[in-house]
Amino acid sequence: MTIKEYESYYVPAQSKWPIVGAIALFLIAVGAANYVANLNNPENAGGGWVLLAGIALIIYMMFGWFNNVITESMSGKYSHQMDNSFRQGMSWFIFSEVMFFAAFFGALLYARTFSVPWLDGAGNNAATAIILWPEFTATWPLIKTPDGTETTAMGWYGLPLINTILLLTSSITAHFAHVSLEQNKRGLLKFWLGLTVVLGVVFLFCQGLEYAHGYADEMKLYLDSGIYGNTFYLLTGFHGMHVTLGTIMLFVMLIRVFKGHFTPKNHFAFQAASWYWHFVDVVWVILFVFVYII
Amino acid sequence: MTTDVIDDQSEHDSHDGEHHDHKMTGIKRWLYTTNHKDIGSMYLWFSFIMFLTGGAMALVIRAELFQPGLQIIEPDFFNQMTTVHGLIMVFGAIMPAFTGLANWMLPMMVGAPDMALPRLNNWSFWILPFAFAILLSSFFMESGAPNFGWTFYAPLSTTYSNGSTAFFVFAVHIMGISSIMGAINIVVTIMNMRAPGMTYMKMPLFVWTFFITAYLLIAVMPVLAGTVTMVLTDTYFGTSFFDAAGGGDPVMFQHIFWFFGHPEVYIMILPAFGIVSTTIPAFSRKPLFGYSSMVYATASIAFLSFIVWAHHMFTTGMPLFGELFFMYCTMLIAVPTGVKVFNWAATMWRGSLSFETPMLFSIAFVILFTIGGFSGLMLAMTPADFQYHDTYFVVAHFHYVLVTGALFSIFAGAYYWLPKWTGYMYNDTLSKWHFWCSLISVNLLFFPMHFLGLAGMPRRIPDYALQFADFNKWVSIGGFAFGISQLIFLVLVIKCIRGGEKAPMKPWDGAEGLEWTVPSPAPYHTFTTPPKID
Repeated sequence: MTIKEYESYYVPAQSKWPIVGAIALFLIAVGAANYVANLNNPENAGGGWVLLAGIALIIYMMFGWFNNVITESMSGKYSHQMDNSFRQGMSWFIFSEVMFFAAFFGALLYARTFSVPWLDGAGNNAATAIILWPEFTATWPLIKTPDGTETTAMGWYGLPLINTILLLTSSITAHFAHVSLEQNKRGLLKFWLGLTVVLGVVFLFCQGLEYAHGYADEMKLYLDSGIYGNTFYLLTGFHGMHVTLGTIMLFVMLIRVFKGHFTPKNHFAFQAASWYWHFVDVVWVILFVFVYII
Repeated sequence: MTTDVIDDQSEHDSHDGEHHDHKMTGIKRWLYTTNHKDIGSMYLWFSFIMFLTGGAMALVIRAELFQPGLQIIEPDFFNQMTTVHGLIMVFGAIMPAFTGLANWMLPMMVGAPDMALPRLNNWSFWILPFAFAILLSSFFMESGAPNFGWTFYAPLSTTYSNGSTAFFVFAVHIMGISSIMGAINIVVTIMNMRAPGMTYMKMPLFVWTFFITAYLLIAVMPVLAGTVTMVLTDTYFGTSFFDAAGGGDPVMFQHIFWFFGHPEVYIMILPAFGIVSTTIPAFSRKPLFGYSSMVYATASIAFLSFIVWAHHMFTTGMPLFGELFFMYCTMLIAVPTGVKVFNWAATMWRGSLSFETPMLFSIAFVILFTIGGFSGLMLAMTPADFQYHDTYFVVAHFHYVLVTGALFSIFAGAYYWLPKWTGYMYNDTLSKWHFWCSLISVNLLFFPMHFLGLAGMPRRIPDYALQFADFNKWVSIGGFAFGISQLIFLVLVIKCIRGGEKAPMKPWDGAEGLEWTVPSPAPYHTFTTPPKID
């Protein structure tokens, strides 16, 4: 890299957005904590409103902050090196998200491999099984917990399989959208990107249907139905939240495409959204294997 | 490493372009800032305030433990004190102090104009005071603050927790976001912003240690977020991750927590290695002995930190294979750590030593951290650990590595760079008082804890058997002496900011590195044009 490129590294001036974001996060945390702590105490549940105010403020911050970045980018203030900073920052952010999911996958695998069999006396735990819950039998999915809660396992065929196909397809369409952008075929770009957003929305809809099935009386698969229900809902739920975020990101990119943003060479935001999309897709594949199939 | 001193820095500052806006004044300067030096200063001040806050809690604990019996506080409040003392010192004092040092020094050391993502940098800092406001606010709630220990073991933090757990959980979430964003900024700055010619193996060791630490942070802080999330759902939404009745396991909490927790303790010590690897060569007037072995040792320690977590849980009834695996892996860490201690000693060997305050703290670090390392080795032995587990021996061990280790290195770094930050030399007499008072009192405070632990005194209790009374009296006296000694540092820093003897560009004749090629105090913007490194 030449000296000239270094000289043009853009250090932004003072900005009010970070402190707005800090206050927003504060409201979200206080509101959420208050709301959760008063779940059984509805007359004292002002926390929900604080939470909503925080979310509104953080959306306002994102508009303002990204608006600044887009304006700076389009006025040519960013060098190749700046672009690298953004790319590396986004990659490590996605890595941190991977580790967040790893915690829950770790819990799932630990429960399946160790804690459930041990409760049934595996290893040197015969006494545990005899004294605590002699009736308990270890199975996975754990459809009957040691304290007797019964539930039903979600099969992998049907909706989950359709969802897998939807999400895998959407990763491919996202890739086609990227290729179209690089070849400067704007019409195709709009088509593939729009299709990706639609697939994301359909996925979320199917996920909602699946939850409705789970909570229906035939299945009785609830969040608190023992370790199987816990890991099922937290893993698919956090994944669903990430799909929601990813869909919003892609939708914003679609709006920006219609506004004429991005060039074949310069489209970091688009790329970041598409990386994020591929990441939620990969998480789903792992999830499909470990939560549904095996 | 040799460096070409860049041509007059002020020349660059005079024809500054649009990104050289004048400083805002007043509160807006600090709220809106994107400047790594401003943000670094805020981190350092925040961490010092938190250090005094957490220290005050430690003194409440020591006041209660001065005599056997219950005198001053209720047992539940005692538990709140130990819990919040730990949380504050780990997440509020040590980690932000290191991030502050990173912010101040990394861009100058790699020859960059600022951190790579300056606005994100501001956000990373400013969410932190809010997180601690939430955590501390729980003292004023009906339920009181968290009382389950900073390790928040389930079911203490779930089934048996008081009403403030949700606030604890969301406060920790924000601390985690702050650390992850800060770490991403450090990684990107180091990967992407180094001056031309500064290859990885030419980076100062300080930069290397922060680089590796940042990776550890990105890898494990999200796991902590997952852990507190599971605690939240177990407490409020009826899940049973950590409840055997639903198929979960309280021991699983410990596995997930310590998968975060063990790398976390290295997050608090690897930057300390970087600091003393900077100061010891400077005051020995010799280059660091075995630079590349230091880099590889740091990386090895970081790698090993991921496969030793269960040595915190030897008494939970793991399978024998697990006990042996984690014991041997833990002992293996002694090898790269030994390499480091050897290299620091070898750097001083036949050096032309002088004993300015940063060097005093660094030498104290090497010796006292090694004591903490040895007691760690004792704890690593599974059969012996059954005896030491949850006694004051453990408390002695981790305070030796975190106070005389991490904290002393932060003092060493602060004294080393204060002239660069403020433009003035600090008061040498006061600094010597600070060092000697701290050194004597800290050993009075923590050394007898070894004996207490070996004799069987459990940790986290407000009352104890009579035979522990004498040692506890001395420990408490040491604690108060150490606490008061830190006020000397506060006075010294304020005096140093307000004036004193003018600091030259390079006040330490043995110092190396780009930060000494710019004036003292360092100009608001440094290295808008990168220096050339041979």
